[in-house]
Amino acid sequence: MSAASTSAITGWGRANATRAALHHVASRAEITSLIGGEGNYIARGLGRAYGDAAQCAGGAVIDLTGLEEIIDFDTATGVVRCEAGCSLDTLSRFSVPRGWFIPVTPGTAYVTIGGAIAADVHGKNHHREGSLGSYLREIVLLAPDGEHHCSRESEPDLFLATIGGMGMTGVIVEATLSLMPIESAYISVDTERTGDIEATMAALASGDSRYRYSVAWVDATQRGRHLGRSVITSGDHTPAGALNEITRHSPLLYDPRQRLRVPYTPPSSLVTPTTQRAFNELWFRRAPAQREAELTRLNTFFYPLDMLGSWNRLYGPKGFTQYQFVVPFGHESLVRGAIESLQRAGAPASLVVLKRFGAGGPSPLSFPMPGWTLALDIPLGAPELAETLDDLDERIAEVGGRIYLAKDGRLRPELVGQMYPRLEEFRAVCRRVDPEGRIASDLSRRIDLLGSKGHAEQRKRT
Amino acid sequence: MNDVTGMPQTAVVIGGGSEIACSTMRALARRRLTHVALIGRAGASLEEAAEELRGEGLNVEVLLHDVTEIAAGTEVAERARELLGSIDLVLVAAGFLGEADLNVIDDVIVARTIATNFTGPAALMTTFAKLLSQQGYGRIVVLSSVAGVRVRKANFVYGSAKAGLDGFAQGLDDALVGSGVSVMIVRPGFVHSKMTRGLSAAPLATTPEAVAGDILRGLEAQAMVVWSPAKLQWLFHVLIHLPRRIWRMLPG
Repeated sequence: MSAASTSAITGWGRANATRAALHHVASRAEITSLIGGEGNYIARGLGRAYGDAAQCAGGAVIDLTGLEEIIDFDTATGVVRCEAGCSLDTLSRFSVPRGWFIPVTPGTAYVTIGGAIAADVHGKNHHREGSLGSYLREIVLLAPDGEHHCSRESEPDLFLATIGGMGMTGVIVEATLSLMPIESAYISVDTERTGDIEATMAALASGDSRYRYSVAWVDATQRGRHLGRSVITSGDHTPAGALNEITRHSPLLYDPRQRLRVPYTPPSSLVTPTTQRAFNELWFRRAPAQREAELTRLNTFFYPLDMLGSWNRLYGPKGFTQYQFVVPFGHESLVRGAIESLQRAGAPASLVVLKRFGAGGPSPLSFPMPGWTLALDIPLGAPELAETLDDLDERIAEVGGRIYLAKDGRLRPELVGQMYPRLEEFRAVCRRVDPEGRIASDLSRRIDLLGSKGHAEQRKRT
Repeated sequence: MNDVTGMPQTAVVIGGGSEIACSTMRALARRRLTHVALIGRAGASLEEAAEELRGEGLNVEVLLHDVTEIAAGTEVAERARELLGSIDLVLVAAGFLGEADLNVIDDVIVARTIATNFTGPAALMTTFAKLLSQQGYGRIVVLSSVAGVRVRKANFVYGSAKAGLDGFAQGLDDALVGSGVSVMIVRPGFVHSKMTRGLSAAPLATTPEAVAGDILRGLEAQAMVVWSPAKLQWLFHVLIHLPRRIWRMLPG
């Protein structure tokens, strides 16, 4: 039997803890036996979802990080088969020296493949290459009704519902995906500073088609003339020929190190309006106004925050949340609107990232859609935060935008169907593989993701 | 489920006729609250509260129960859980001011005042704390009072009961660490309400709506203690150090 302990569990935002039996499983048989038991359960990877997606109050949380083996790798085609608990870090340490890299990566390497699929993660190349789901070939899923091997050919509806499905279709235990060939472990990065949010958006709109990767770090503490001043970094993998004297010796060396670690949680948040302003000022000033083709290591470009271990502790005992939304093109004003609303509420966002999305994927619950996505890290505890974010939700839903569920901790349930118009299609798949509603997370219960509240009430009425 | 800003979707009120409780539920209904179970003694105030909350669009269940009937507590808590499915928030608002004039009070009145303000609520709160613990999450909000921070002769029976309840709630919160359940203590000052009708208002007097607002802000700020209004905290920092000879001379 798996090692189980009862623990208060939170997401990466370190807020809204709930208690569940935490099972560190070491084999598929253990998962099968847990699924065969009673009560609710949800799978969990490295716990990087900001909100309550991998919590299950009163039920079981199945920690998959013990299943991290890379099972099979084809050096000719770059197709890799691995267990779902394998982290992007583990995968890259294996694949980069062999000349292959994951084609879509989020801003941290400390996510599991299973978690990345369940959140259908996107990266700095979404405008050109879509989300992770596009590179997934096959998954092995342990659902309440049994084991499924699904792909675009076999049970495509279950395959697609699982991509971005927040774990609601079963426990992903194995995935096969295509990696992309690279000639070096470096990115040639162009950097550009912009003076305000409009200039930032104009620069991204006109420039990002020229780059595989593109993203803007936005200073959300500035008001007035400099509101939304940004540092835009864009780049592409460095071809072997473009390496310099030093890097040429070991072009595929990949060995990221954690430099520092926040050793404990300070008694109150170190992220305050003053420290935010100071940090943002530094970050903005240390970026060059304009620089081209700077050789940057893969991990420095994609995972700058991974260098500081447990950085989520900086937000103190109250924790923080990330608010990430996307609005369709034509509604650019909401990006400025969101930053201004949070400033007015006295809850300015500390770490803010802006990017343009390309076409959305075929998954019913996948987050990306063509438009602008803004992600804001916000310390919790400000008295007007809840109301401000509720207001923003309404404005975003009204123009056909949506909130990213992997980051969410507070979305109003009534808006989920409006933001994700294919929700019923998703629910139908969930009901098929989990007719008794065994799979549940705090997230799914809070936003009524499976529509079970509606059904219970219908039953009551009839 | 509670959201990350502390807003509940379902709530139980112990002392369902309380005006502060009713105002709080109304304010929560504007956020995420959809279902509420009001526990209280049969009477006009309970029915009025239920009507008013239904008017806010809430799904309201009424459970008739007297908090001093300790033996019936488990059953009413179970019933509340059945009706709500899961309980996000329990607001403990039962209480009454009673008398403190030695010419009026007797052993029975004292025992009853303490049972309604302390023993009864503490017992039912324990039952709910265990229930929430089983759920793995939940928030308990306890209406204490500044009257319990330093007991004074004008309301010493009520005040001492609130002092007991306040201390109990602190201990319970500490005992619940790691369970996913936590307790927030609310210490209002003088509140204009049915309970204080006819009394002359103390300094920094407030209203049920204002206390409800402070409770919501406290939930959002993940507070352990909420003073309402907030200034009372600083006032009482001073008042608790007054010599008894002076304290007892204060009017009211």
